[in-house]
Amino acid sequence: MAARTITITSGKGGVGKTTATANLAVALASLGQKVVCIDSDIGLRNLDVILGLENRIVYDLVDVIEGRCRLRQAMIRDKRFEELHLIPAAQTRDKNAVSPSDMIKLVDELRDEVDWIIIDSPAGIERGFRNAIAPADEVVVVTNPDVSAVRDADRIIGIIEAEQKGPAKLIINRINPQMIQRGDMMDANDVMDLLAVKLIGIVPEDEHVIVSTNIGKPVALEEKSKAGQAFRNIARRLMGDDIPMMDLEFKEDILHRISRVFKAGGS
Amino acid sequence: MTEKKLPIKGFKEGLLINLGEGDWISVSKTLLTQIDEKPDFFKGAKIAVDVGERAIHAAEMGQLRDRLSERGVSLFAVISKSNITEAVAETLGLSTHKSVLKASNENIRNALMDGEKAVLLQKTLRSGASVKFPGHVIIDGDVNPGAEVIAGGSIYIWGKLRGTATAGADGSEKAVICALDFNPAGMRIANIVKEGQLFKLKIKKSPKKATIQTGSIIISDWKQDNPLK
Repeated sequence: MAARTITITSGKGGVGKTTATANLAVALASLGQKVVCIDSDIGLRNLDVILGLENRIVYDLVDVIEGRCRLRQAMIRDKRFEELHLIPAAQTRDKNAVSPSDMIKLVDELRDEVDWIIIDSPAGIERGFRNAIAPADEVVVVTNPDVSAVRDADRIIGIIEAEQKGPAKLIINRINPQMIQRGDMMDANDVMDLLAVKLIGIVPEDEHVIVSTNIGKPVALEEKSKAGQAFRNIARRLMGDDIPMMDLEFKEDILHRISRVFKAGGS
Repeated sequence: MTEKKLPIKGFKEGLLINLGEGDWISVSKTLLTQIDEKPDFFKGAKIAVDVGERAIHAAEMGQLRDRLSERGVSLFAVISKSNITEAVAETLGLSTHKSVLKASNENIRNALMDGEKAVLLQKTLRSGASVKFPGHVIIDGDVNPGAEVIAGGSIYIWGKLRGTATAGADGSEKAVICALDFNPAGMRIANIVKEGQLFKLKIKKSPKKATIQTGSIIISDWKQDNPLK
């Protein structure tokens, strides 16, 4: 068995890298895959919270690298899935505690044991980001449909190409269909027009995401959540299934439509 | 002194200049003279120097770095076969390995060429990318926001222009900037600067051409000129 190693990155902070990592990990695990996710955001640890595992942390990534524990000891087993593990970041250190070759060594040690290794990258284009992409077979870039996030995604995609880790794949997170319909938000086509890489998913803005972060249960486990459905679809696309993109067109309800007709008539 | 030009190669990270044979003082002088001849081209450039087998002292290398820095050029790497030189470069915080230079696909060869020379890039320049060339630049691809093109001559873009473009960087007012989808963030021809448009969701895509007419940049439709007119 040789695991596929995917690094999730974005350039800009706060676009949903960690949310995407957690959700893809649980979605793949729910499909019966063996998954390890690694939080490489040393000093700003988050992935454990979103997965609801922060109370189980004993050892972390830096402990493994500096030889204070064995790799197995730092792998925290998920509450829900036997075959999902998390290697948490150290919270009390910074990015310089890890080097790109440390990451490659660590991932190589895991490759024969699992199907997927998913690495959550820190924001930025400095050391932490270089650490995160060093061991990657594929890189997934998460962006939001706004100008600054797309600009940063463009920069990151350029670096990924230069590092010969490309072509990157893209997830557009936090699409708001109502805003697109009003012409206030870039739609997927506007984003793709600029970035020109393979799109593997569109995730709608969804209140469930915030709730799920707070309770440590990724939204991909919520049957009814649209964002959860989007992440489940992305996981299946990563596995090679041909799943059409979600129809995120805003369905205007009848009351809205009537009131709009009246308004138009009145003015 | 013979007017010999040092060979320059373009890389993604910057320019690599081979200092060739000769004593240190004269080659460094040649390098500085060459830079002074084309200050606009070199301004802001990152350069690496290949010093061959020479053993160079820290004071000499530090001095070169300072002289370059006065000209707005930053020395970031020294490639050498000498262990002494490598050690000196490392103490000064410069890269020493050839691996720092990844040959760019951008066919920038013999970057200092005179006359009507042009370079063809078949790629999209993403945010953060920068292309500098003393002749004309033709791009079969897009120039995204946050990318820049600086040409001694004209710039022709067979795609979208959303970044910044500088044509006639050496002061040539005859230089033009053309793109199939012309919406630069900003542009400069010779010494005249014009602001572009801020980002808008639905922008009109049309081929345009920027030229200097009576001292300011004028943007007009880019279409075939009738030679009989």
